[in-house]
Amino acid sequence: MPAVSKGDGMRGLAVFISDIRNCKSKEAEIKRINKELANIRSKFKGDKALDGYSKKKYVCKLLFIFLLGHDIDFGHMEAVNLLSSNKYTEKQIGYLFISVLVNSNSELIRLINNAIKNDLSSRNPTFMCLALHCIANVGSREMAEAFASEIPRILVAGDTMDSVKQSAALCLLRLYKTSPDLVLMGEWTSRVVHLLNDQHMGVVTAAISLITCLSQKNPDEFKTCVSLAVSRLSRIVSSASTDLQDYTYYFVPAPWLSCKLLRLLQCYPPPEDGAVKGRLVECLETILNKAQEPPKSKKVQHSNAKNAILFEAISLIIHYDSEPNLLVRACNQLGQFLQHRETNLRYLALESMCTLASSEFSHEAVKTHIETVINALKTERDVSVRQRAADLLYAMCDRSNAKQIVAEMLSYLETADYSIREEMVLKVAILAEKYAIDYSWYVDTILNLIRIAGDYVSEEVWYRVIQIVINRDDVQGYAAKTVFEALQAPACHENMVKVGGYILGEFGNLIAGDPRSSPLVQFNLLHSKFHLCSVPTRALLLSAYIKFINLFPETKATIQEVLRCDSQIRNSDVELQQRAVEYLKLSSIASTDVLATVLEEMPPFPERESSILAKLKKKKGPGAVSVTELEDSKREGGELNGGGDRGPDTAAMAASNTSTPSPSADLLGIRSAAPVGAAPSSAGSLLVDVFSEAGPTAPSAAVNDDGFLRDLEQPTETSDSLLVEGSGDLDSAPPSEDPAPPLSEADELLNKFVCKNNGVLFENQLLQIGIKSEYRQNLGRMYLFYGNKTSVQFASFTTTVSCPGELQSQLNVQTKPVEPLVEGGAQIQQVLNIECLSDFSEAPLLNIKFRYGGALQNLTLKLPVTINKFFQPTEMSSHDFFQRWKQLSQPQQEAQKIFKANHSMDTEVLKAKLLGLGTALLDNVDPNPENYVCAGVIQTKSQQVGCLLRLEPNAQAQMYRLTLRCSKDSVSRRLCELLAQQF
Amino acid sequence: MHFLLLFSRQGKLRLQKWFTPLTDREKKKVIRDMMMLVLARPQRFCNFLQWRDLKIVYKRYASLYFCAALDNQDNELLTLEVLHRYVELLDKYFGNVCELDIIFNFEKAYFILDEFLMGGEILETSKAAVGVCLEEADTLQETVEEYMSKPAY
Repeated sequence: MPAVSKGDGMRGLAVFISDIRNCKSKEAEIKRINKELANIRSKFKGDKALDGYSKKKYVCKLLFIFLLGHDIDFGHMEAVNLLSSNKYTEKQIGYLFISVLVNSNSELIRLINNAIKNDLSSRNPTFMCLALHCIANVGSREMAEAFASEIPRILVAGDTMDSVKQSAALCLLRLYKTSPDLVLMGEWTSRVVHLLNDQHMGVVTAAISLITCLSQKNPDEFKTCVSLAVSRLSRIVSSASTDLQDYTYYFVPAPWLSCKLLRLLQCYPPPEDGAVKGRLVECLETILNKAQEPPKSKKVQHSNAKNAILFEAISLIIHYDSEPNLLVRACNQLGQFLQHRETNLRYLALESMCTLASSEFSHEAVKTHIETVINALKTERDVSVRQRAADLLYAMCDRSNAKQIVAEMLSYLETADYSIREEMVLKVAILAEKYAIDYSWYVDTILNLIRIAGDYVSEEVWYRVIQIVINRDDVQGYAAKTVFEALQAPACHENMVKVGGYILGEFGNLIAGDPRSSPLVQFNLLHSKFHLCSVPTRALLLSAYIKFINLFPETKATIQEVLRCDSQIRNSDVELQQRAVEYLKLSSIASTDVLATVLEEMPPFPERESSILAKLKKKKGPGAVSVTELEDSKREGGELNGGGDRGPDTAAMAASNTSTPSPSADLLGIRSAAPVGAAPSSAGSLLVDVFSEAGPTAPSAAVNDDGFLRDLEQPTETSDSLLVEGSGDLDSAPPSEDPAPPLSEADELLNKFVCKNNGVLFENQLLQIGIKSEYRQNLGRMYLFYGNKTSVQFASFTTTVSCPGELQSQLNVQTKPVEPLVEGGAQIQQVLNIECLSDFSEAPLLNIKFRYGGALQNLTLKLPVTINKFFQPTEMSSHDFFQRWKQLSQPQQEAQKIFKANHSMDTEVLKAKLLGLGTALLDNVDPNPENYVCAGVIQTKSQQVGCLLRLEPNAQAQMYRLTLRCSKDSVSRRLCELLAQQF
Repeated sequence: MHFLLLFSRQGKLRLQKWFTPLTDREKKKVIRDMMMLVLARPQRFCNFLQWRDLKIVYKRYASLYFCAALDNQDNELLTLEVLHRYVELLDKYFGNVCELDIIFNFEKAYFILDEFLMGGEILETSKAAVGVCLEEADTLQETVEEYMSKPAY
């Protein structure tokens, strides 16, 4: 047992700790602890009142046991008692216990708060500090409620001791972080800002953390801090290394304060006042100059502190991004560090250069270091440094150096650490696609990627290569040849088999002329891999086989043989068995023409943001992807947010109408609402119609319900002739009378449903129309309920949905006819399937006609299908929000309206409406807590549209200001129109 | 700063300070992850790591690892010096501090940390000023003899 124990020794505690340390096994330790717990419990429960010392000792033992990792369920009360002790050490232990083991037991919180209150008003600075520490350590909402108003007073009071001021500043900061709504600076703001001028450096150091945090949230209110910070910084930077006495750290004047000042300045744009700016630039130059001076000490502490300031200054220079001279100097400085013998500095230089690479002023300067960075990737021993080097290569990549960088990254992958392989693979795939000039290079790169790191190649990567090959016919022949060669390898990765199967199935004919890759050779090659593959790959291969039958009739017999064998046609896996059965049947019954139609080459995929980029963003978290990249992806037609993506397998199968079931069905996600009971093949495939007579998997009629798939739209002549309204043919309404013009109140009715999906759309004396709807991605399903309110039958009841004008190409609405008779008092239901193809502004029309007692009723309503229904909420941090807001700054991307409140301005009602809108309601984004901020992505078939919304209520004036920024201007305008009616 | 952990080379946790709220379960997971990551790294590797969206800064002093987690915009080098300053404060208080001092006087290690950091931010960088606070605290304390006369349990 060590002798040292300053102040008060608690011998019992030391003995106990020593006992625990001597325990030979975990069991012995637990036994010893249980003995101690029993002892303490009996002491606490005993009749004899414990004195302060014993209480302190036992509480301290409990704390020790807790910190060892055991649960403690008693002793809280004793700890709370210690808080009101007059002896400092007892109070201190009490507070420590509470801080570590806080319990939300409300009874205790009340007692704790009482004790804190007493200490805060004790005027004893040490007690006040203890209490403030406890508040900061616990930092709960209850604490904030109790003390948030008291602490600013302590902070700015003239007679508060410096040490208490410091604690009060940081305590307030902690409360502000947990409960910003409770910490109201208001009247204190200017006095808090002026703490930057305080004589006491410790007070400034503590206060500046608070000011920085407050400035981030309320930049305008705190902007006077800029000039104060600059002059404080300039005084420190120009002071001699010993001027600041205790605040000089290893010959560096006030490094903590300097860094914090530089950090605070990063909350603001460059100072507008020329004099202030001049002074600041001078400071930054001095800091850069000092880096070149010989060190004043050999200690690492000296260089760390000095370089910490340097890096912070460089961050500020990058943040301003407006002084080319400073940016280039910063880049050169970092370049020096890239070769420094200190690993830490190399790491930080790589990290810092990553941000520098996205500035247009310094991108070229960063690129000059490419060889050093590549060298770092190859030779650094530390994986975290190599990771940074890879990040930087990725950031500095552009068209001029893409081939070199991709090649280096590929060769690094062969030996890369497992922990970073997946990310590396994604990055290589993205760069290869983004900077591909000839697509054969792209195909080579991805196939190499699969060869080198097949296990780390996620679905998105191989989906993407297929999407690209399908969409570019100049590379298809090359791709077929290359995969054919790659498949020759005796052991090739399953992902290679997938790509190979898919591409040969589509484009094998392009290389079939060469006898070395004749159809049968291709087939045998693929089939030689079959037995080693997993079920999904085998399923894909079966589809490739049926495509072969179409491409190469001469392989038909061989392939049918394969399909017919028991291991296929009686495979225990339902999916494989079904494919085998259906394909076999298809190949034997269908004529060549039918076969050629069904198995036609895949249509091009719609251009969309690379799903790989979306995956990388998800993996790295927002902010990890550089601004340029976001802009690039936008330019390429993608939108703000990476979105849901369908792999080619699913989308492909759906589009090409080959059999195949579940993937395409799941694609829609809302099938659960459809009648079930059909065989697994219920994807409603054309195949089914081709063989309407029979086959083991003959479908039930229910399949037609799934007509979301565009390719299935055309009604087949047989059963669907009753279809009143396909999406396209507008004029097939009953001949008797033209549809009535929309009701005058149609728009008003529509507006009721902008923020909700269910309710009564229309009601008159005869008829009530109710609506239930659900939306997912760019698809929706709406149930219409027509209720006959009379006791008389409605005859010739028909409903027609139409998409007027350009809406026809924007929205695809499908429905089936309803029963022509609606009995009195009865209700009938109609299902609409809706697909949003691109953004739209008009609403589809619903025309209803029926005879009531001989009189023809004819009315037209607007269906409440509005663009916001296809919103997918997007959560994002305040930082991301503002970054995106800034990106959407073209004037036409913004739509704004100021309007009078038509409804209650109650917070909960507003929130419910905004949530009903379909966007994510973001908290803690807007500096003003009264305002509402939302974000979402509108999913349409052709593109995704990112939308940001800000609603600023003014309760006094009963007005709102609504601002929308979307990546597509028509959407901004439409949403603004729609929403202006809602509040 | 999000948290500060002190653990030994053998993977024994000696001190844990959390500046952002986490559940006990999450804390245990973080502790495990940190030890796994940090203890596995050879000595001359750099002192920084990326872990989830946090920056990890660690440094080894004798048998003890000091490990802190930072926000993305925080300064790694300066955090190394925060760790160093803490070691200096412990050293000043205990006199040639070693791991055993922190084990047997864990509460003091917490108190010293509290004088130096609050809510994850630097409260006082001057060694003298922190020292003064601690001295003041000690003068408030009752005499050793008074306590030593009490029973051990």
